[in-house]
Amino acid sequence: MKTTSFGEWVLYGGICAYLLTLLVMPSQLWLGFTINALIVAILSVAWNLLGGFGGQMSFGHAALFGTGAYVTAMLQVRWGINPWLAAVAAIVAATAVAGFIAALSFRYGLRGSYFALVTLAFAEVLRILASSFEISGGGQGILVPYKAGLANFQFADRSTTYALVLFLVVVAMLITLAVQRSRFGAYLIAIRENEEAAKALGIDTFRTKVLAMMLSGAIGGAAGVAYLQTYLFIDAPIAFGSTMSIEALLGPIIGGAGTVWGPLVGTLIIHGLGETAKHLVSGAPGLNLVLYGVVLMVILRYLPDGIVGLARRIGPRRAAPTAMPEDR
Amino acid sequence: MLSVSNVTKRFGGLVAVSDASLKVDQGRIVALIGPNGAGKTTLFAIIGGFVTPDSGRIQFEGRDITGMPPHAICRLGLTRTFQIVQPFAGLTVRENIAIGAHLRHRGRAEALERAAIVGEQVGMGPLLDQPAQSLTVAGRKRLELARALATEAKLLLLDEVMAGLIPSEITEIVATIRKIRDSGVTILLIEHVMQAVMSLSEEAYVLNQGRMIAHGTPAQLVADPTVIEAYLGHGAAERLKQESDNA
Ligand SMILES: Nc1ncnc2c1ncn2[C@@H]1O[C@H](COP(=O)(O)OP(=O)(O)O)[C@@H](O)[C@H]1O
Ligand SMILES: [Mg+2]
Repeated sequence: MKTTSFGEWVLYGGICAYLLTLLVMPSQLWLGFTINALIVAILSVAWNLLGGFGGQMSFGHAALFGTGAYVTAMLQVRWGINPWLAAVAAIVAATAVAGFIAALSFRYGLRGSYFALVTLAFAEVLRILASSFEISGGGQGILVPYKAGLANFQFADRSTTYALVLFLVVVAMLITLAVQRSRFGAYLIAIRENEEAAKALGIDTFRTKVLAMMLSGAIGGAAGVAYLQTYLFIDAPIAFGSTMSIEALLGPIIGGAGTVWGPLVGTLIIHGLGETAKHLVSGAPGLNLVLYGVVLMVILRYLPDGIVGLARRIGPRRAAPTAMPEDR
Repeated sequence: MLSVSNVTKRFGGLVAVSDASLKVDQGRIVALIGPNGAGKTTLFAIIGGFVTPDSGRIQFEGRDITGMPPHAICRLGLTRTFQIVQPFAGLTVRENIAIGAHLRHRGRAEALERAAIVGEQVGMGPLLDQPAQSLTVAGRKRLELARALATEAKLLLLDEVMAGLIPSEITEIVATIRKIRDSGVTILLIEHVMQAVMSLSEEAYVLNQGRMIAHGTPAQLVADPTVIEAYLGHGAAERLKQESDNA
């Protein structure tokens, strides 16, 4: 039976303390940075469901994020649809895109780097499409008019936006927890560990992987919606560019793939480092990406189960209230 | 219960299984023997739905399962193990077996409970919380058996679960397999350890170069000249006979 270690209590406690402090004592300096990190964290949680638990590493999760952002933007701006309704439609659309990509890839038995390449290709195709048509704003992107108000899903106050984004992160992590404790989650892990054995034991691996990707699509789409409602602007490079796809997988891999906390831990750490580097060495564009690469290599070399894995090994283990089976 | 009729499978120019047929009756332990490369594992893969045959039919409990995917066949109650063991390396023994148990038990706690019971049944009780990757060869073979058993299969296909084991471990696993049969599970097993085949099964098939060359009781088969030749080469039966005559 796995328990929560001292190191984990400290790590998760520290993160909760930081996030809650920001909720009760908003600081403009920290809010901007944290909102951005949390939106990426939602996408990372999405990636982690399929990549961390199911072992199917997508290199194109921007496709899902971008679909969420673009669909909600287009519906509002082009057809005047209520932003809340547009958000629901966007999440449905991202789920459908995810289902389509997964069904196509997994039907043909694509695994490993082949699956990664196909997802990357889908994101690229969407990026080109988005920048080619007038209805999606072409090369200019889409600007959503600023009209603050609950009915418009826009908030004048940054700390309200922060609360909303934080709420979404919590929901996404609770979904992960539910998956981890379910048969569906056990099946995903089985597929990650050995797909042939999974099949022999009665697991419909195709269906399981497609469902995981669709769930990932729904959450990734929600991240796109959150991005749009926060910045009121989207264009093709932001939505479908490889930066977003890379950020989606960096968080979980650095934080700990296939864990509930990994994506949030990893995303906060990597964004914190990136921000620090930006302040220390100003005027070096792309420096944060270099830094991400270095951190990733160090983690892969010395901490294959990420920061969460490290925390698990620190200090005496204390019994969790209910001894639940865990991932890894 | 299981009937394989005239199954053929080619890999490029190589005919791995050629017009092979066999039958397994409910409640029995049937052995499939034959030299290395005879096509035994391929035949198991075909029965389990991992490989589609070029021709021939597989029936399980009167239903045609030819071409069905492995998970669907497993749900009907037919599960195979792998000669090259395929553990979920990062999981514990208990979690490994629980994956099999999930087939009939949705709840996580329930599946883990079932896993412990099945683990005890195959003598893995003390190893339940060990990571699968820390197991010895014997442990991994047992784990294959336990996971398959946990699916509550009616027919188990066991592919060389005794290969690489020392005699005392073989004695243990033979007893385990007999216990499983006595609990109502039918077994078809591939085995090289003839002593185990002799003591376990009432009936055996011999596959050689993809063809089913003999069928009978193990005692009949070891005396069968065609079978001896398959194992020891052309003319071997004649030589053996002469040697024993001269002695
Ligand atoms: N997937 C495959 N592709 C090509 N050849 C294969 C494949 N699987 C098995 N074979 C070949 O088929 C023959 C039978 O192999 P196998 O069924 O493993 O024999 P056995 O289990 O009786 O030792 C061997 O010559 C093997 O090399
Ligand atoms: Mg074999």
